[in-house]
Amino acid sequence: MPPSDKNPSTSALLPVVDFLKIPEGGDPYLEGSRCSQCGATFLGERSACSSCGAREQLESIRLADQGELYVYSIVHRSFPGIEVPYVSAIVDLEGGGTVKGNLINIDPEPEQIKMGMPVELVFQKAPRKDAEGNEYLTYYFQPKS
Amino acid sequence: MSDVYVIGIDMIKFGRFPDITVPKLGATAANMALDDAGLTIQDMQALYSGNLGQAAAMVGQRILAEIGQTGVPVVNCANACATGATAFREGWMAIKAGVYDMVLCVGTEQMGKGLLGGGGASKGIPTEGLLGSGTMPAVFAEAGMEHARNYGTSFEQFAKVSVKNHHHSTLNPKAMYQIETPLETVMGAEMIAYPNTKLMCSVNVDGAAAAVICSEEKARELGKMDRAVKVRASVMTSDPFQARNMSMPDVNTCTQLAAKQAYEMAGVGPEEIDLVELHDCFATAEILHYGNLGLGKPEEAGRMIDEGETALGGRVPVNVSGGLLSKGHPLGATGIANIYEVSTHLRGEAGQRQVEGARLGLTHVIGLGSACAIHILEKAQ
Ligand SMILES: [Zn+2]
Repeated sequence: MPPSDKNPSTSALLPVVDFLKIPEGGDPYLEGSRCSQCGATFLGERSACSSCGAREQLESIRLADQGELYVYSIVHRSFPGIEVPYVSAIVDLEGGGTVKGNLINIDPEPEQIKMGMPVELVFQKAPRKDAEGNEYLTYYFQPKS
Repeated sequence: MSDVYVIGIDMIKFGRFPDITVPKLGATAANMALDDAGLTIQDMQALYSGNLGQAAAMVGQRILAEIGQTGVPVVNCANACATGATAFREGWMAIKAGVYDMVLCVGTEQMGKGLLGGGGASKGIPTEGLLGSGTMPAVFAEAGMEHARNYGTSFEQFAKVSVKNHHHSTLNPKAMYQIETPLETVMGAEMIAYPNTKLMCSVNVDGAAAAVICSEEKARELGKMDRAVKVRASVMTSDPFQARNMSMPDVNTCTQLAAKQAYEMAGVGPEEIDLVELHDCFATAEILHYGNLGLGKPEEAGRMIDEGETALGGRVPVNVSGGLLSKGHPLGATGIANIYEVSTHLRGEAGQRQVEGARLGLTHVIGLGSACAIHILEKAQ
């Protein structure tokens, strides 16, 4: 298992997705963008708003590191090599932005998982490397402590 | 603008045909539809072909190579699971526009077995099972859980959809399966992505379906009105923006929008529809579309399945063909196959599964991404 501290040393780790930012000497976070015309929130950078069509009106924002579980599925069959079961979660972040990720530190049983429950982001080294052996930082959700 | 009529339509029995080429599957259905119309390929002024797996490989032209290269224009369509419906609609539009009097529309697909969706990463590491799941059973499980969250719909209610559609398919010789699956069997089957068990996932099959459609003038001239089916509405939509779009595909909004437009175009209300073939790619999806298509209020969907309102003999039978869950889901063929099913009922030729007195029917498909297509069909007067 990766280190259990909330924010492990992130130097030399690559972000698992472009919208995960690893600032030099700072804590990792998820980046979004917000349309100044209509207020829509998106994951990552964007040059135009798919809600209202505004161009060059989007500003980068730091997405919240907590939110609530919107919906989920407990995945029991996936592609070869993917460890199951796991909880695929859709999370509405506080202040805007909806993110999909694994929900960890919870039993993968419907009785244990409550839609609407508060959850928080944790950043950990991913248990996979790419073909060149590079290591990655990923994010998960867990029940809010 | 002329009304458009279906005057010949058929589908092959869905199954697994790894040794038959995609064009041959399509050609078989095309000839069946031409025979049903009592016409030949020489009578067709254009071909609209839907296929997803070989979208770049000129499937329509290769079908003509099997049935007659008459030199007519061919349009190849790919639009995820709405591919067949898109090909049909392109043909409908050409006749509406008055460019042609009579065209052939064919949908064809050859599928492998196994999971769809959630493919590998183009760079970095695969995110499947790390950042949630992109597999189709999980995506539609999450869509179902949204209904559960909003309206209290249960695992058992979702499972009942599969019991119903598998039962329907026992009456359909063209379905992949003709097997009863009691509730315990459905709920006890291998869990793929909660709440979808294996028996709540559509079957990947090979298949083809085809339709000959024409203008009203042509149908009358040829004396085909007695078995003709009128296209009262043909509508397609994409996703209007929703805040969760980037993380959660939305099959609801595009369906609601398409349904509203289709009922307006047809000048009928959902209470007048006698049967529906809707996109039950997963059991969870069918429940969502009862509300999306106006067959009941969204919060009534669980009760509708509990009380058999959408079963054969109920208030508004849904997926009497067996649906994608049991008839099977050859992606590019599905949109024309469900038009075949509804047309067969409107013609009074559906045998054991006939919805008695059917006059108006609705077909619905969703290609995730999304493309929603709805057709409303009526027995010709
Ligand atoms: Zn905007």
